[in-house]
Amino acid sequence: MWLLRFVAVRLLQAVPVLLGVTLIVFLAIHLVPGDPVQMMLQGRATEATLAAYREKLGLDRPLAMQYLRFVVDAVQGDLGTSILQRVPVARVIGERLGVSLALLGFAALLSVVLAVPLAVLAAARRQRLADHLIRLGGTVAFAMPSFWIGLLLILFFGLQLRWFPISGAGSGFADRLHHLFLPALTIALFLAPLLIQSLRAAMLEVLTAEYVEVARAKGLGEGRVLLKYVLRGALVPVVTILAVNIGWLVSGSVIVESVFSVAGLGMLLVHAVSTRDYPVIQGLTVVFAVLVLAVNLLADLAYALIDRRARVA
Amino acid sequence: MSLSPDAPTPLDGVAAAAPAAWRAEVARWTPSLWVGAALLLGLVLAGIGAPWLTPWDPLRQDYGAALQAPSAAHWFGTDSLGRDVFARALYAIRIDLAIGFWTTYVPMAIGVLIGAYAGLVGGLFDTVLMRVIDVALALPFLVLIIVILAILGPGTRNIYIAVFLVGWTMYARLARAEMLVEREKDYLLAARTLGYSRTRVLLRHALPNILNASIVFSVSDFILNILLVSGLSFLGLGVPPPTPEWGAMVADGKAFMQQAWWIATLPGLVIVLTGVALSLIGDGLTHRLGDRHVTGH
Repeated sequence: MWLLRFVAVRLLQAVPVLLGVTLIVFLAIHLVPGDPVQMMLQGRATEATLAAYREKLGLDRPLAMQYLRFVVDAVQGDLGTSILQRVPVARVIGERLGVSLALLGFAALLSVVLAVPLAVLAAARRQRLADHLIRLGGTVAFAMPSFWIGLLLILFFGLQLRWFPISGAGSGFADRLHHLFLPALTIALFLAPLLIQSLRAAMLEVLTAEYVEVARAKGLGEGRVLLKYVLRGALVPVVTILAVNIGWLVSGSVIVESVFSVAGLGMLLVHAVSTRDYPVIQGLTVVFAVLVLAVNLLADLAYALIDRRARVA
Repeated sequence: MSLSPDAPTPLDGVAAAAPAAWRAEVARWTPSLWVGAALLLGLVLAGIGAPWLTPWDPLRQDYGAALQAPSAAHWFGTDSLGRDVFARALYAIRIDLAIGFWTTYVPMAIGVLIGAYAGLVGGLFDTVLMRVIDVALALPFLVLIIVILAILGPGTRNIYIAVFLVGWTMYARLARAEMLVEREKDYLLAARTLGYSRTRVLLRHALPNILNASIVFSVSDFILNILLVSGLSFLGLGVPPPTPEWGAMVADGKAFMQQAWWIATLPGLVIVLTGVALSLIGDGLTHRLGDRHVTGH
């Protein structure tokens, strides 16, 4: 029962935020000089055709009514029509959503795989050589621009060693993983230092907790204490840290998709901006906001579930 | 009351105390702060002194010398238009560091003031502000900036506008949270009870104590903003050609990765160096300012 209420409350809290996002994007795009209908018909239309199109698209109505219609349509899954491709925006986005979600998921997984062992090592050897080296490596990795890392990976693993394809998203599960490995690794290299830093801090906190002291007092070796108690206690924050950084994950994917020519939402955004396809930009903004809010909701939910069980136990 | 030139003025004490305070401050610096500050100073000097450090003009094209590998004459080689890559990377310090600096510290000034004020007065202003921040943080930063640039058009001036519009929100949230803790402390309660104006309480009493969290955060933000500007330029939405800019240089070299690896890779090293310098400064500042609060002036 608490679960239902928890989800309902969080969904209700997300509604005003989403309304705010749509309102700002809607108003901003309507502030753009230039007539969208003229852009759509590329200036080769008579005044009568323009008026007919305006009426058809509802652009002759008051701004408030247009916004209301945009929101009502969006709730029903209609995000308007792409000016450039002349197809529904929802379909254009839908076709590319899978690729981007695969890339984001893969990148999140890789960053956890990279970060957890290194964070354990850093916490276990705190203030010793390994800890300092890991911190230094993290500092350098955090400062490396993802478009640059991506090109270095292409140069070395793609062009020199020929282990991985250097562009595209592949088809089928195995082929997709093969294609998305380097792009996902590029994002993970930026994200992992953030994870290591928070995880190391979380583990050091657990290391001094009472139940860990008790485990030590019982004569358990430091290695067992570390794996059995400390890691388990510190893994809970990983979900939260990933959710907090979902914005950076998405930002990274926009750049990385362009580097590796992965036809996902990020490339679509950059393309839509350079061709001024405003309905697509508007639709993408809403989708990205929903994505960020959904990930945060899921993370909160996971945390509440774990927390509750911990309290019961 | 004589005002002869050699009469002591109240300012003399400050002038005499300043070097001593500065020496005491420097004595507290950690090694990482030293190394980071030295690296950053070196980069700034290299940017300013670029005309003396390289004989090449960053804009001069020479098709006869296109795509030359790194050599004693061209340390980083030449690009597809025959321009010296080292000279361009050096001159780009002026562009990237300047944009990074202003896109960090202008939003910080705005955000800290707004956030601290909201934390102090609460009420409707605070509620509205928090909702605005929720909306801004619901979108990935880069996506939000790209959407604003889609409306304003690409270019350096519009990057400033876009980041100024959005960047203050993180600082406002940070400063507000600090203020909520600080406002309950005795010294602020005393200042408010004494009937000092809000402006005075905010600027003279609270601000010095809530600034540390923002200063520590600003160093990471500086790095992220340099990555943002170079990333936008890489995507073709940032600093327009032929201005030397790191991200745009990497993008230029992307098409020539197989024949001329140096065009895309070597300018990236300068970005990494800048980021590491700032990271070290950030580490040092966290140590120096981290959990302690500034008490004096």
